[in-house]
Amino acid sequence: MVLNSIEKLIEKYDNGETTLKEEQQLKNYFSKETVEPHLEVYKNMFQYFSISHEEQFTKEVPLTPRNTINLYKWISVAAVAVLMFGIYIQTSGPTEAQREEALLAYNQTMEVFNLVSSNFNKGSESMNALNMVSTNFTKGADNIAYLGEFSKTTDKFLKTN
Amino acid sequence: MTQADFLNIVMPFKDKVFRLAKRLLVSQEEAEDATQEILLKLWNNKTKIQEYKNVEAFSMTMTKNFCLDKLKSKHAQNLKIVHSNYQDKSVSLQKQLELNDSVNWVSKIMEDLPEQQKIILQLRDIEQYDFSEISKMLDMNETAIRVALSRGRKTLREKLTKTHNYGVK
Repeated sequence: MVLNSIEKLIEKYDNGETTLKEEQQLKNYFSKETVEPHLEVYKNMFQYFSISHEEQFTKEVPLTPRNTINLYKWISVAAVAVLMFGIYIQTSGPTEAQREEALLAYNQTMEVFNLVSSNFNKGSESMNALNMVSTNFTKGADNIAYLGEFSKTTDKFLKTN
Repeated sequence: MTQADFLNIVMPFKDKVFRLAKRLLVSQEEAEDATQEILLKLWNNKTKIQEYKNVEAFSMTMTKNFCLDKLKSKHAQNLKIVHSNYQDKSVSLQKQLELNDSVNWVSKIMEDLPEQQKIILQLRDIEQYDFSEISKMLDMNETAIRVALSRGRKTLREKLTKTHNYGVK
């Protein structure tokens, strides 16, 4: 009687038409120690199903990676901000006060340079005077050469006489 | 949502996710990695979790897709070495022991089933989900699920009978 109904259930089971309740009945039936020999195969199947239903996931799952990711994100944001600030300081030009100071320094240097150059000009004027002297000197030297020539000829005269 | 709330939602079905992943990926380690990945994905989207009507079904769908993707990329990467052209005729002691252990054989035979049937058998016979739930998870209609389930069960039974007789004789 029981076997009959089980066989009917098995057929339904094979066709995929059993409900969960009927499958539970089958499972209970096949969890017994002994079953009909021609149903031995089903026993193995149902045994396997119940065994594998017991398997558990035992690995620990670290559930806080999001926070560390957030931390890294904010650290990188901060780093970029610092970098940008540094670049800004570098590139943004000098302030108004610095500019005035630089202009003052420039003007002062220019004044000093002007002074130096005017003195140079004076110096070069006296150099001109020296030039004049030196040309007169060369003229004198030429005249001396004439004198030398003259004395030669006078010597000739003196010898012959 | 705090960590405790999240765990309360996830705890009831994390084993199911793991078992489905293991059914598809076979290897224990890979299944663990996949489960971890999926739980982390859920955790990262925890603000959206409340909007989902059925977190469990959603997670199972996610698991299925994740594992199938993984399998696909693995098939693309690896060259399979299949030595189907020779067989060890002498049955070793080890093998005889294995044959006796028919329960193990069920899992081996299930590995050879098409992915679709594998998933459906897993969800129905092991996790005992309703057909309506399975149809939601797999985005299939119930008739198609029943057909695939029936095919899977029949293949399983036939192959098991074969190996069983082989072992006895």
